[in-house]
Amino acid sequence: MIPLSWYLILAAALFSIGLFGVLVRRNAVAILLGVELMLNAVNINLVSFWRYGDISLMAGQVFAIIVFAVAAAEVAVGLALVISVYRRRNTVVAEDLDLLKW
Amino acid sequence: MTGTQIFFLIVGAVTLIAGLMVVTVRNLIHAALWLVATLFGVAMIYAILNAGFLAVVQVVVYIGAIAILFIFAVMLTRRQAADTGASINSNWWAGAIAAAATFAGLAFLLKSWSGFSKQAAAIPSGFDAVNQLGNALTSPQGYVLPFEVASVLLLAALVGAVYLAFNKK
Repeated sequence: MIPLSWYLILAAALFSIGLFGVLVRRNAVAILLGVELMLNAVNINLVSFWRYGDISLMAGQVFAIIVFAVAAAEVAVGLALVISVYRRRNTVVAEDLDLLKW
Repeated sequence: MTGTQIFFLIVGAVTLIAGLMVVTVRNLIHAALWLVATLFGVAMIYAILNAGFLAVVQVVVYIGAIAILFIFAVMLTRRQAADTGASINSNWWAGAIAAAATFAGLAFLLKSWSGFSKQAAAIPSGFDAVNQLGNALTSPQGYVLPFEVASVLLLAALVGAVYLAFNKK
């Protein structure tokens, strides 16, 4: 049998990879890809805690489904923003979007 | 080493390598395709965890909708995203240190937790996880209110996305 620690370490590694992507990528779409990796890492944790805790309590799976919905909403709004910005300013590089920086 | 453990190690390694490719590869279409590989690996992890419904939803919603949406967005912004200049910023080493520190901190915290190497209890016979999940999502004693709030959030995000991406000219 697989101990809980394997899942937790896998999720921590995936989260760190996603964090690296969010911090270093210049393209706004690539930053959103990193956010997706982080959300998936959180979901692995939620489902493994459901499996290794009381299996008749479905809160872990229900919360994972709500994270799915939030991820879909985040991607839809995020990519719409990127496309809107691209149309107006002709760039998707995050550091060029410095209109609010004084 | 049992068969499940070997399968988990292979799936986990593929997931992590594909995740690394997502954040390092230069071409964004390739990054989105590596994301599909990562999401498929996570779906297999759900399957190992006896969460079959979530594995199916992961494939349908994440790979079928979200990853394809990413590919569309990359194509719509392609002229600038077509690999002009560096794909990572000049402070990438600081990001790498922050990510490594996060991983080390999480591993340290988890290691000091008493339930870290817990084993899974056997699934009681006759336990139907999909049935239980459906009941939990629709019964008033369960999670019907958070479920409805999530659907309202999805609707609001849909309207907002259409409004933001709408070309006013």
